[in-house]
Amino acid sequence: MDVEIALDRILPHVEKPARYTGGEYNSIVKNWTQVPYRLALAFPDTYELGMSNLGLAILYDIVNKEPDMLAERVYCPWPDMEGAMRREGIPLYSLETYHPLTDFDVIGFSLPYEQLYTNVLTMLDLAGLPLRAAERDEHHPLIIAGGSAVYNPEPMADFFDAFIVGEGEEVILEVMRTYGGWREDWDQALTPLPPSLLYSSRGAGLCGPPTAKFGRGSEGHPAKHDLLRRLARIEGVYVPSFYEAEYNADGTFAAIHPTVPDVPARITKRIVPVLPPPVTRFIVPYLDIVHNRAAIEIQRGCTRGCRFCHAGMVFRPVRERPLAEILQAVDDIIAQTGFEEVSFLSLSSSDYSKIGDLVRETMRRHGDKRLSIGLPSLRIESFSVDIMEQLEKGRRRSGFTFAPEAATDRLRDVINKPVSTDALLQVAEEVYSRGWTTIKLYFMIGHPTQTMEDVRAIARLARQVLAVGRKHIGKKANVRIGVSTLVPKPHTPFQWVPLEEESLIREQLSYLRDALSGPGLHLNWNNPRETLLEAVLSRGDRRLGRVIRRAWELGAKLDGWQDQFNDAAWTQAYQECGIDPDFYARRPRALDEAFPWDHIDVGLKKKFLADEYQNALAGKVIVDCREHCFSCGILKTFKEERKQTPDEMWGCPAVGHRRTGAPLRILESPVPVDESLLIPLSLALTPQPLSPKVGRGG
Amino acid sequence: MPDPALQRLRLTYGKGEAIRFISNLDLMRLWERAARRARLPLAYSHGFNPQPKIANAHALPVGCAGENEVIDLWLEARVEPEEVARRLREALPPAAQLIHVEEADPREPSLQSRVCAAEYRAQVQTDEMGHAIAERVQVLLAAQELPRQRARHGKPPVIYDLRPLLLDLRLRGYGNGEATFWMRLRAEPGATGRPDEVLDALGLADVPRRVARERLIFAEFVQVAPASAAPVISDDDTDPESPLE
Ligand code: SF4
Repeated sequence: MDVEIALDRILPHVEKPARYTGGEYNSIVKNWTQVPYRLALAFPDTYELGMSNLGLAILYDIVNKEPDMLAERVYCPWPDMEGAMRREGIPLYSLETYHPLTDFDVIGFSLPYEQLYTNVLTMLDLAGLPLRAAERDEHHPLIIAGGSAVYNPEPMADFFDAFIVGEGEEVILEVMRTYGGWREDWDQALTPLPPSLLYSSRGAGLCGPPTAKFGRGSEGHPAKHDLLRRLARIEGVYVPSFYEAEYNADGTFAAIHPTVPDVPARITKRIVPVLPPPVTRFIVPYLDIVHNRAAIEIQRGCTRGCRFCHAGMVFRPVRERPLAEILQAVDDIIAQTGFEEVSFLSLSSSDYSKIGDLVRETMRRHGDKRLSIGLPSLRIESFSVDIMEQLEKGRRRSGFTFAPEAATDRLRDVINKPVSTDALLQVAEEVYSRGWTTIKLYFMIGHPTQTMEDVRAIARLARQVLAVGRKHIGKKANVRIGVSTLVPKPHTPFQWVPLEEESLIREQLSYLRDALSGPGLHLNWNNPRETLLEAVLSRGDRRLGRVIRRAWELGAKLDGWQDQFNDAAWTQAYQECGIDPDFYARRPRALDEAFPWDHIDVGLKKKFLADEYQNALAGKVIVDCREHCFSCGILKTFKEERKQTPDEMWGCPAVGHRRTGAPLRILESPVPVDESLLIPLSLALTPQPLSPKVGRGG
Repeated sequence: MPDPALQRLRLTYGKGEAIRFISNLDLMRLWERAARRARLPLAYSHGFNPQPKIANAHALPVGCAGENEVIDLWLEARVEPEEVARRLREALPPAAQLIHVEEADPREPSLQSRVCAAEYRAQVQTDEMGHAIAERVQVLLAAQELPRQRARHGKPPVIYDLRPLLLDLRLRGYGNGEATFWMRLRAEPGATGRPDEVLDALGLADVPRRVARERLIFAEFVQVAPASAAPVISDDDTDPESPLE
């Protein structure tokens, strides 16, 4: 094959060529000509990140189990490989069979976070595909996206034919089946596209005029229009070209409404009432990837209700996986993959009701096989010495990570993460007194009601923790402090909060740099410009499509990588498109302002979020909703699903047995989290593990 | 140190085209995981960061396939070589082909210390005339010295002489725009020739190529016993000591 000859020439000269060659154990290579429906699963970042994404592994497993479907993988090439592919005219190809992306029926992108939007454009362009959905017809693959970022799909609405909102396990097959039915009906009318030629649009002219006519794209193409109509009937599928956005005279968003009959005004996310069996036949990478291990989701969703936390809101309700199923999966994973480590994933692992039994039994069965257990995000109150010591049998670790997120008791009440400073210091005693050397603390600045006193408290608390370490192990003790800036995310109680002013962020970071210098202390922080981009892209509307495209044309790519982030390209793109980023990120919002993501229904009532926002400003704390149901909307939205599910598997009370409660004051201990936390269906991982955000606050 | 309590197995295998770009470190992980899937009781080193006792005879250059590569594995408990072969064949990715398994004397010096040369085959795409290439092969072999530069990651390049590393070189075939070379290169610690460098010296630097190592040549006797006959692979590029990162 020509592609392979060209690869022979370029692969010896690119970094990590094994990213581009596939052939891993458990990768599934089906007979291309005998399988009618072909899906490319695309992760718009590097192989190492994409291969660490549990959501895509789940979909790969599910689709490949269907005899008449295949799923193959494709990732975003690093710039050296991208350049070489463009020089050689090699179109983007799948790792299993080296087929160009244009040969697939459906291309499904995972969008776990916003910083990889420009990589989607790189990949479409490198595949020879027109970037805008309106420029593609029925001869092109259907291009869809899912994942956590898709809970506000609007900024990427120009580029995708459809979005899958919510959990993908069931709906992915419905989409493929719908596609199959459509193709059978239209088979005569569809002629194949000529062999793909490398199409390059990068560097094309300035931003076009506003895409006012957007939404009429498929009408000139009856076959494609019919496909999109069929897809829009699937619950959880959002076809953006069937909707039109309206804006007020002052530029604020007014409303979005359907432009074709029979499509829903609101798109409710999909959930699976019971977690499907876990993946055990993971693809085993040759390269060392970000998370080089197997992962089992032990629980989905979280009921703690931290007010800044996107995952905690959009992944409700809590569903538990039975202990026996997890233990069986661990046995199978070891036999089928040979991985040395298994991670038990959850937004809050210790909330899993049988966490102690799980760890003990796994160690009893596999401890002698040198198996390590990863337990991201344990809460300290159930993080017993017993579990610590069980984990220790697997692999030596240097310490633990905690995420108090704010340094004063007052501010932790505001964010509803009510952990006392005393409890954190007690945990530090436990950790250092057992000889572990490092505690890592995560904080955010820019919470609502934060004062400089709360920022100073970060430095004070870090030094107090270090003092505990010094007392036990002297100079060996370390405290690592990670400080990020609150990005107010859609569908959270903080969606009304403005991003902190850049001058204030810089002032606070500069204070912390001075206050946290010295032996034993290590501070990492985020570049405020990258934070701004994340805020704009997560809070944006359709008008941002032009900005994303223009920034990409100007060279923005791999925006999640500190060494690739191109602030100048984004600044120029905002200017050329007449968009003020602060309008999106820093404008205070009235409680009744319409948001561009309001038509995406994650199951939460806007009233619940608004009440929680007001509780935040009043410093009121609410407890875990397994103790008191706050009627967030989940049970109402998913009452049918709840009825089908055994009580012990679902965190919300059974329908008809409401427990409701008012804000309460309670006290809890801090939550250690591991940044390796992977969230179901591809929210997740920022790329920092590969490109540590050290010492470059700008 | 050699541990007579452990079973030492010597595996001959092929590293196929599909995995020619994986590094030596990746290859160690491939074997460790394959052994775990095959339920072989791999022996591990002691200490904070136990590593499996696996020792590859000689790292293949990245991008190069291998037809008869040799690796030693140590097991904690005896398993018949035929049984090892049977179980491993089911557990290896298709591109890694197990050719032979035999028991080796635990006291024998390491494979690494015994490798002295390697033979490679290189198929190169070129439109040049066969006799022109053959002539350059002769010029190369007739040279007294072949000073060359070797680029090093993050360090200044080193100047070295390729000629003493080149033991033999032949143009094995030519036609259809492709030339096939065969070469024997020294492969000793600190004196290892690389096939790409020979191709570069032939003026075939940037042409598409497929290179395969046909076999390794081992010295029968080693005068000086190496410090460790069972080297433990520990040059891990991850840092398992630091789960926080
Ligand atoms: S419905 Fe009640 S119990 Fe369920 S997630 Fe919402 S607040 Fe929690």
